[in-house]
Amino acid sequence: MRLTFKGGVHPFEGKEMSKDCPVEKYFPKADLAYPLSQHIGAPAKPVVAKGDHVLAGQMIAEAGGFVSAPIHASVSGTVKGIEKRLTATGGMADAIIVENDGLYEEVEFHPADPAGLTREEIIGRIRDGGVVGLGGAGFPTHVKLSPKEPDKIEYILVNGAECEPYLTSDYRRMMDQPEKVVEGLKIVVGLFKNAKGCICIEDNKPDCIAKMKALTEGIPKIEVKEMVTKYPQGGERTLIYAVTGREINSSMLPADAGCIVDNVETICSIYDAVALGRPIMKRIFTVTGKGINKPSHFEVCTGTDMAELIEAAGGLKENAGKVISGGPMMGFAMYDLHVPCVKTSSSLLCMQSDPVSDAKAEETACINCGRCVNVCPGHVIPARLATFAQRGDMENFQKFDGMECCECGCCSYICPAKRPLTQSIKSMRKMVLASRKKK
Amino acid sequence: MEQMFNVSSNPHVRARMTTAKIMQLVTIALLPAAIVGIYNFGLKALAVMVVSTGTAVLSEWLYDHFMHKKNTIKDFSAVVTGLLIGMNMPAGIPLWIPALGSIFAIIVVKQLFGGLGQNFMNPALAARCFLMISFAGKMTDFSVSDKFKGAVDGVTGATALASLRDHGYMAGASVPVKNLIIGNVQGTIGETSVIAILIGAAILLCYKVISARIPLTYIGSFAVFVIIYMLASGKGFDVNYLFTHICGGGLMLGAWFMATDYVTSPITPKGQYVYGVCLGVLTGIFRIFGASAEGVSYAIIFCNLLVPQIDRFTRPVAFGKGGAKK
Repeated sequence: MRLTFKGGVHPFEGKEMSKDCPVEKYFPKADLAYPLSQHIGAPAKPVVAKGDHVLAGQMIAEAGGFVSAPIHASVSGTVKGIEKRLTATGGMADAIIVENDGLYEEVEFHPADPAGLTREEIIGRIRDGGVVGLGGAGFPTHVKLSPKEPDKIEYILVNGAECEPYLTSDYRRMMDQPEKVVEGLKIVVGLFKNAKGCICIEDNKPDCIAKMKALTEGIPKIEVKEMVTKYPQGGERTLIYAVTGREINSSMLPADAGCIVDNVETICSIYDAVALGRPIMKRIFTVTGKGINKPSHFEVCTGTDMAELIEAAGGLKENAGKVISGGPMMGFAMYDLHVPCVKTSSSLLCMQSDPVSDAKAEETACINCGRCVNVCPGHVIPARLATFAQRGDMENFQKFDGMECCECGCCSYICPAKRPLTQSIKSMRKMVLASRKKK
Repeated sequence: MEQMFNVSSNPHVRARMTTAKIMQLVTIALLPAAIVGIYNFGLKALAVMVVSTGTAVLSEWLYDHFMHKKNTIKDFSAVVTGLLIGMNMPAGIPLWIPALGSIFAIIVVKQLFGGLGQNFMNPALAARCFLMISFAGKMTDFSVSDKFKGAVDGVTGATALASLRDHGYMAGASVPVKNLIIGNVQGTIGETSVIAILIGAAILLCYKVISARIPLTYIGSFAVFVIIYMLASGKGFDVNYLFTHICGGGLMLGAWFMATDYVTSPITPKGQYVYGVCLGVLTGIFRIFGASAEGVSYAIIFCNLLVPQIDRFTRPVAFGKGGAKK
């Protein structure tokens, strides 16, 4: 049986451009900036002051609460202070600025054999390693791994779908370090006595599937799941449904369906934190798209200025019109490239042309064609929701399950009238959430 | 800042299909049936379609111009409406009638309700019904196109359905079904050839402009209705009668090209099945028990009115809200 969900779209994949580019180590030149909020939850609290000397791997900000995560320096150098910095999502945030001394002196790490650690010790090491969901959401992993009823967890899903077009960093990770993914998964599966691990990969990466299958053969409680290539196959809810047939809505957690979903990169960080004692300092980063001279993969230090990565990838082509942090479906368009890489940054997509501003993409009236309904993985009626949103009709918006939207962008993508459906629905969802908070 | 970039909300890519392309595809898909019409009924048929299409586009342009609205003729929807109006006329009709129909469709049915996407009735069919009521004689006078007089059905200028109605149950089914499929029978310009209509439908299905949900449930439920009628009335099952009903008259053109009009059909898949069944049953009632031989136009515009209700009752269950837990 081919594993998938109902709805979804097939945008141009564009993965050929970067998938075979080797991962190069990138050494940052300018100062590094570590925003205090690189995760969902309370911002981290700085534990260093201006003038302090820090080593790579040293904690520079501690978790600001249970749902929070510490932040570590990725280079050695001197703290220059705490300043406001632009983030990839377009807002300003406090960030610790570190001047790189170029020596990359590291603190001493404490490796451990995961088999000899208790459950609490493992989760403690994950928490101390600053591990958060690296697929983009940034939910602190130690919280995710501490559900109310651990015995009810039956599936650990490793999200290697990488359904966003163009992006190939998870692919590179699985091709280059498949052992790490498997070892990381073993650690997580070991935490839950009724769980089995599934590495979920879209079938547009057959080499990756074959590699993982060969590697996991004979390992109990770990298997590889082949997913249909379709966006948004790697969404948390769609992935759970495809593998287990269980549905969760917006007010439920994956744990309610007996699942824990972690991105490939997160699983590797879990391994680093638990077995090697190394916190998150680096990650794989894709710079790709038709607007960049040399599509590349980099192993980047968190805090690196993204503008440097563009230069390292040969620079933008002259006619590059749009730079996106993330993929084309859910990424954020950037107006300034001087933005620090954070834990959840996975890519920069440089586009030559912008299909959104194209004259052919001029918005026209909704013709009720139903394409948005057919592609919506949330099984709502995007066209109606967008109309409610534009009218400011909060009541009907919620009545028609507007809050079940996962903002995947399929409706805007498919709309022949080029209506900005996702955008309207997104803003309304923000308004509803804000009004709920007020009450 | 060294360089300016475009900024917008996600997603940053768009599918290629546009409203104008959809309408162009529908126009192309209508051409096989239109060409058969011209072949059957001669240049008179071409004139009718040119006048109806031209008037529709002109009305749209004039309305936009004088109401200071953005020019919408480029979206091709007026072309589709105008062409459909022409294809729903007998070839010998005085040319001012299709012109009047196009003006009515574009100005009254479509623009006065807010333009494309806002009309609650299919403009082409509303215009046809308007003309049927106003000029019943001229709209059902097929005698002008005398190509088939005496040759095929032996009934001067009558359509297969009219012959069914006028000559009773068995005797009426005198037109060979083969002719209905090829299209060398009496009827309006675009409705006669089942095969030409199906070629057009195949184009639309191929490019995913329409789904087969509405047409198939429509035709299927209509067939079931006719079979039940045959059995319940004690007249016995007759294949010829059934196929004359399915292939004759406006059913095929209506089911594939007019019932599938996005604006006036349900948006949800479930609603589209319900809509198809409503259409099938109503067409059956109108054709078998009604005064007119035809029933497709009335059935479709009647069901257009039901669409908001159908949409309301067939709203899909949001993902994760159905409690479908294993």
